[in-house]
Amino acid sequence: MKEVQDQIRSCTVNMIRIKCPYCGERDHSEFAYGGDASIKYPALDASKDEWTKAIFFRENIRGFQKETWHHLNGCRMWLEVERCTLTHEIKSVKPCHPELQKIMASSK
Amino acid sequence: MTRFNAWNVFKNGLNGQTGWSRQWRDPEPKSDYDVIIVGGGLHGLATAYYLAKNHNINNIAVIEKGWIGGGNAGRNTTIVRSNYMVPGNHQFYEHSLKLWENLSHDLNYNVMFSQRAHVALFHSPGAKDANARRYNTMRLNGTDGELWNLDKLKKNIPHLNYNDARFPIMGAAVQPRAGNARHDSAVWGYARAADSLGVDIIQNCEVTGVKRLNGNIESLQTSKGNIKGKKIGFAVAGNTSRLWQMAELGNLPIESHKLQAFVTEAIKPFLDHVVVYGVGGAHFYISQSDKGSLVFGGDLDWYKSYAQRGNLPIVQDVAEAAMAILPSIGRLRLLRHWAGVMDMSMDGSFFICKTPISNLYLNAGWNYGGFKASPASGWYFADLIANEHPHKYIQHHHLERFAQGINLDERGAGPDPKLHG
Repeated sequence: MKEVQDQIRSCTVNMIRIKCPYCGERDHSEFAYGGDASIKYPALDASKDEWTKAIFFRENIRGFQKETWHHLNGCRMWLEVERCTLTHEIKSVKPCHPELQKIMASSK
Repeated sequence: MTRFNAWNVFKNGLNGQTGWSRQWRDPEPKSDYDVIIVGGGLHGLATAYYLAKNHNINNIAVIEKGWIGGGNAGRNTTIVRSNYMVPGNHQFYEHSLKLWENLSHDLNYNVMFSQRAHVALFHSPGAKDANARRYNTMRLNGTDGELWNLDKLKKNIPHLNYNDARFPIMGAAVQPRAGNARHDSAVWGYARAADSLGVDIIQNCEVTGVKRLNGNIESLQTSKGNIKGKKIGFAVAGNTSRLWQMAELGNLPIESHKLQAFVTEAIKPFLDHVVVYGVGGAHFYISQSDKGSLVFGGDLDWYKSYAQRGNLPIVQDVAEAAMAILPSIGRLRLLRHWAGVMDMSMDGSFFICKTPISNLYLNAGWNYGGFKASPASGWYFADLIANEHPHKYIQHHHLERFAQGINLDERGAGPDPKLHG
């Protein structure tokens, strides 16, 4: 059995485990990937160039990046996750919504 | 290089196969080249070949960080088709298919191109209408395409799940000239043909830095020293953003995602066509290799990644899709399974274009579709590098199309790279 497990490991990466601040640690298959969380959308009347950059252009980091995940099959909270795109290691998880961040922090 | 022909096969049959020479040299890099192509995948090798063949440029290097064909050229499901609809894309992919049709003769290397038909199943009247529109558009543009009703489909592929599928099969949109090719043969064929025209193919040579001079690129710093190039082409899909940032050019409309593929144990002839199934969130494409293995794939892993290994939820998804339409393969064992890193672009179409640096040219953003595109990709990228002007088929495949609002969004999925499957 161990041999089979090793073989599977050699050609797959481990399930990403995301520590949802509300539900606890869960498999990533419970979550839906959102996208790059570092994008700052400009003001509505900003120039076309600024909007083009925000909507279409990405840094596409190979390493740790901030990204959003939606806990779709759980509490349905949107999370901001700091994850390495090469090893899939996760550094931090927090709610996207700043008010929820405050509430979560104060309830600890 | 010894040519492959009947006489040489006969002669070497008599002398114990001792008369063959190596297929391509293994040179050390020279100090400067007229053109350096970064990336020894199919696109890079094809570009070098057509630069030498069509444009008579011979002082060319292809530099590759690993071994040639070790990236996505060796990680795809080998499907070749041209069922595209958007202007520019359909002419481009149709030209690519035409190049595939004569590639074995052109390269003097058997790429095992097999026009076994690409059969895309549909499961609702709406999907039938959408396919009729797409395939009629293709026919108007000179590409072959037809709709098969259920009777014809059953006659051709009797062992699909016609009985109790969750989404009953209603028929299929078919491109008869589409099919498969052998991916490694295409890599080796292009490498061998390019090498015989004087192209230096330099493996284990990773670009570590880009040296700029007066706004141009003067040289590339590599693990085999500095190499000067008058013109530089990037063809490194999967890692385009990294090189782009080495050249200090900022962000690209690209994200890197990984896509898995699977091979089963070999069985007797079972599936004569490429079969594609996509409905209700499932996405599945399968064909049988000449060795007898079933080769298939599905969706991306849905999150951004540079890891060339897949994750298990997609294995399950793909297996479920396989069982939905081909329940007879349920007892087969998977032999191998891997992932490649895709350049997923913001509208699902590719880039062959000039860049803000006057002697740098970009070939990137191939999404799921790089393998079939490689001959035309090399053809038009070489044309752009040699003539400094994009051919009309690729005139909109540039980075400014997003600012100009002329996105080439074949699926109409919007600016989310992971949705352009």
